[in-house]
Amino acid sequence: MGIKKKQWQRRHIVEAFMKTIMLGSLVIVAGALGLILWTIISRGLPALNWDMVSQVPKGGFYMGKEGGVLNAIIGSAYLAIGGTFLAILFSLPIALYLKTYLGDSTWGNYVRLSLDVLWGIPSIVYGAFGFTLMIAIGLRASLLAGIIVLALVELPIMTRAMDEVIRRMPADLEHAALALGSTQLEVALRVVTRQMLPGIVTAILLAFGRGIGDAASVLFTAGYTDRIVTSLTRPTASLPLAVFFQLGSPFPEVQQRGYASALILTIIVLAVSLGSRWLSARLNKYTVK
Amino acid sequence: MSQSNQSHTLEINKQAEGRPPRPSVAARTRQDQLARRVFFVITLLPVILIVVVAVALFLRAWPILSTYPLSDLLFGEVWKPSHGQFGFKPFILGTVWVTAVGVLLSVPPSLLVSIYLAEYAHTATRSIAKPVLDLLAAIPPVVYGVWGLLAIVPFVDEVLAPLSDRWLGSVSLFSVNQPTGFGILAGGIVLAVMIAPLIISVVYEVFSTVPNDLRHASLAVGATQWQTIRNIVLPRVTPGIIAAVVLGASRALGETIAVLIVVGNVANIPTSIFDSAYPLPALIANNYGDMMSIPLYDAALLGAALVLLVVILIFNVISMLVLQRMLRRKWA
Repeated sequence: MGIKKKQWQRRHIVEAFMKTIMLGSLVIVAGALGLILWTIISRGLPALNWDMVSQVPKGGFYMGKEGGVLNAIIGSAYLAIGGTFLAILFSLPIALYLKTYLGDSTWGNYVRLSLDVLWGIPSIVYGAFGFTLMIAIGLRASLLAGIIVLALVELPIMTRAMDEVIRRMPADLEHAALALGSTQLEVALRVVTRQMLPGIVTAILLAFGRGIGDAASVLFTAGYTDRIVTSLTRPTASLPLAVFFQLGSPFPEVQQRGYASALILTIIVLAVSLGSRWLSARLNKYTVK
Repeated sequence: MSQSNQSHTLEINKQAEGRPPRPSVAARTRQDQLARRVFFVITLLPVILIVVVAVALFLRAWPILSTYPLSDLLFGEVWKPSHGQFGFKPFILGTVWVTAVGVLLSVPPSLLVSIYLAEYAHTATRSIAKPVLDLLAAIPPVVYGVWGLLAIVPFVDEVLAPLSDRWLGSVSLFSVNQPTGFGILAGGIVLAVMIAPLIISVVYEVFSTVPNDLRHASLAVGATQWQTIRNIVLPRVTPGIIAAVVLGASRALGETIAVLIVVGNVANIPTSIFDSAYPLPALIANNYGDMMSIPLYDAALLGAALVLLVVILIFNVISMLVLQRMLRRKWA
């Protein structure tokens, strides 16, 4: 009896202890997010003003004089929108092909494996690869080159995210459409994409958010300029690089603006992340339950 | 009966009037076949892309690979491109140190969080935790870098370094040689937070592959929840957990901008976690673009990218194969 009681107590103490450190870890992880947001907001907000988002760098901007990072905001928007658009052109067919023709077959899993491996390749390697490609075909650092490399970075993220939702598609709907005489292409385009639209939109926005925040891939490929980009063949500024370059400045005012630019970038990325949640909930209304 | 049928047909005809004529079955089948081929070719692209990236980097790195023996490049300690000396050892060791510190710091809390979310948490807690993890994963690397610069570097400099100096100063692993805060520990802390969402979500997935019957059986004979996890669940998911950690490590290996900002970027061979380091991605990012005038410099940097790529490919393929196998069991 005495032994039994001792055992009983001990395993329950262990249970309570494990549960406590688990909760503690959860608090640490959530706290890290809070800490990051707090640091960025508290240091970025004082330097954030309307000029930052409405003006391009003026003379002496990099010594702490007037101007803003509008060039980088617009450049980043172009880069991420272009890259995302290019990535959709490839990832939607791949995800549909995986679902419609390959399913959970061995080949399907090979394609998924290669997409996962592509996802794991660091963006600096994509950047270096893009740069060698640019040299090979004689393209200079430009918006176009940045868009292509960002599309490479975004493609695996978007495709795998789409694949994960599309493979959860209820088979009944597909069977019903096939039984009515639709071809597989018609099922893919008119039934699967519509029914899975919320998930597809989430996947696209996930990739967009990843693309707009990526610095290492556009470092050599998109270049940098103080003007707002007007052509695909011209170099363009981007927000992550604006943050990076301003941090490296010896002038405190410029560093401050780097923090403010980081805040702008964080706001954009978090808005995209939260927005995709809201949008997919909205779109969910129009699917067959 | 016949009347209603007639009116029905009429209605259909009326509807059809405004539309373009329907394509014939043959045309639709042709479309389907064509789309099938086009989609097939597009689906091959990711597979081809991996090969193309590897081959392109290899070809561009070939000039240096053919000039120096591989052992000189990988284990050479001197990096002086202008004198034709390309020793990657400091950079490789820098990468290994930062990654190791990041993974070691990240794994225990990440594991505990994922066990908690998979085994204990209420649905409400889960639905709060998911957006938190999503947001952590969504924050761009450069913002992590800014956070590291503003919060972690001073924290290491003012809190951790003095503490370590006082209590662990005699252990060379923890000795403070350059008191700036920039260094392996700061890089490791930032990396630990960056890879935590990935590790947590993968381990969580892996936990959900264990059938609930097993848990119920264990609980029914009187085991506590932790005993059930320890003796029933954990043994079945160990390969998946290892795969998740390897995946996290490979993500940490390639992280560039965030690490570059806080790690100090001094090419020495680190001996303590407070030393500064110069990981491979940072080397590429800092020097690429202005290396054209020095012979072989460009090939050396692409060689660095190739080393990074090969290691990450190996890590990824192994962990993904393990995970695919485990997760397929769930669907089957």
